[in-house]
Amino acid sequence: MKVAIIKYNAGNIYSVVHALKRLGVEPVLTDDPAELLSADRVLFPGQGEARQAMGYLREHRLDEVIRNLKQPVLGICIGQQLLCRHTEEGDVDCIGIFDADVKRFCPERHEDKVPCMGWNGLRVKSEKLKVKSEKLIVNEVKSEELRGNEVNEGVNPLFQGVNDGDYVYFVHSYYVPLCTDTIATANYILPYSAALHKDNFYTCQFHPEKSGAVGEQILRNFLKLK
Amino acid sequence: MDVKDGQTVKGTNFVNLREAGDPVELGKFYSEQGADELVFLDITASHEGRKTFAEMVSRVAATVNIPFTVGGGIGELKDVDRLLNAGADKVSVNSAALRRPELIDEITNHFGSQVCVVAIDAHEDEQGQWTCYLNGGRIPTERGLFEWAHEAQERGAGEILFTSMNHDGVKTGFANEALRRLSDSLSIPIIASGGAGAKEHFRDTFLEGHSDAALAASVFHFGEIKIPELKKYLKSEGITVR
Repeated sequence: MKVAIIKYNAGNIYSVVHALKRLGVEPVLTDDPAELLSADRVLFPGQGEARQAMGYLREHRLDEVIRNLKQPVLGICIGQQLLCRHTEEGDVDCIGIFDADVKRFCPERHEDKVPCMGWNGLRVKSEKLKVKSEKLIVNEVKSEELRGNEVNEGVNPLFQGVNDGDYVYFVHSYYVPLCTDTIATANYILPYSAALHKDNFYTCQFHPEKSGAVGEQILRNFLKLK
Repeated sequence: MDVKDGQTVKGTNFVNLREAGDPVELGKFYSEQGADELVFLDITASHEGRKTFAEMVSRVAATVNIPFTVGGGIGELKDVDRLLNAGADKVSVNSAALRRPELIDEITNHFGSQVCVVAIDAHEDEQGQWTCYLNGGRIPTERGLFEWAHEAQERGAGEILFTSMNHDGVKTGFANEALRRLSDSLSIPIIASGGAGAKEHFRDTFLEGHSDAALAASVFHFGEIKIPELKKYLKSEGITVR
């Protein structure tokens, strides 16, 4: 299996390389469109600042390449955010796979520290969380009540073997609100999208490459996707 | 893990080092045991002007699947760049930041706040005044703990790793009074360090010290406290843990 990691100006890409190697995969780190388009799997990881990252991707025409990928793609952390429509970070338009706008966390109490950094529990027991709008979530739906809004009891293939409450590692100041493509949620200040899925595009806000055995399971699932 | 010459060591009040194994193997063991983060400090780097071994960092990054922080001897951006490229998730700065506080701004502007842990070694005198120390607790400064921690936050530090020199290695609990004052007055996470000797000490630093995380070394290295048991205990005390 040929696994490619998109090479661009974001940090912490080597963690993903190491994590894949631990699973027995030798990934290629590349910004060559032909290599990316022909890979069996593409990962779009990284930490960084959105405006700079989007600028770099556009300059190297990688945004177009990403839009045209047909194989399973996994966006991680800023990779998830850049696959959305727009982000408040640097007020920049992004790649636009997901019909969602990335927002900055607004702390409400002293305990609400931004960036959100550390381990947090996931909720994955729903293929699609049936939510109409972010406003509905913030104003009317508390995290506990979200359960009642789930209509599909299935777990997305990305989360096979992962249970509600399993912990994964997050580092972020911006978040993707709940939307129709949400496949896992986390709760920090408010419930938000911990993972998204649409067509061949999968994303995690957290870092599976840093999330111990649970993270390894998610990466293994990604490699096994049909 | 305090690392000297590629080996993990743990001092008592910063002297009398005892060996506690290979940092990479130990790191893997702890990640499998359920540690949430690892910290590797090259404890002699600052004193002897050495740089942290990027080679060890690469081996750690290839081996462990949880976040880890590396510190010791970081004086400029290229040190940070090298360590992050070797696979570290965060760097901790201590003496160099006290000597030149702009280092914190530089790191956070280039790599983001989440990368920058400011480690502070401080000692409380008989009047209750906390003073920051340089070079692994060897040289006192003019800086007070609370005002320096505040400045570090203002300059963009993502976390404060506070080691009480009075408590370190003594195993009678963390410096919860000072920790609480830090945690309640700052808006960034505070990691408690120095003094862990029993499971109750961890509970106390979360409940009384308002710490966001607790760090310990020798009680784990010598098997006095096992991480799975510690976590089970903390859960039973109503503290949220992974």
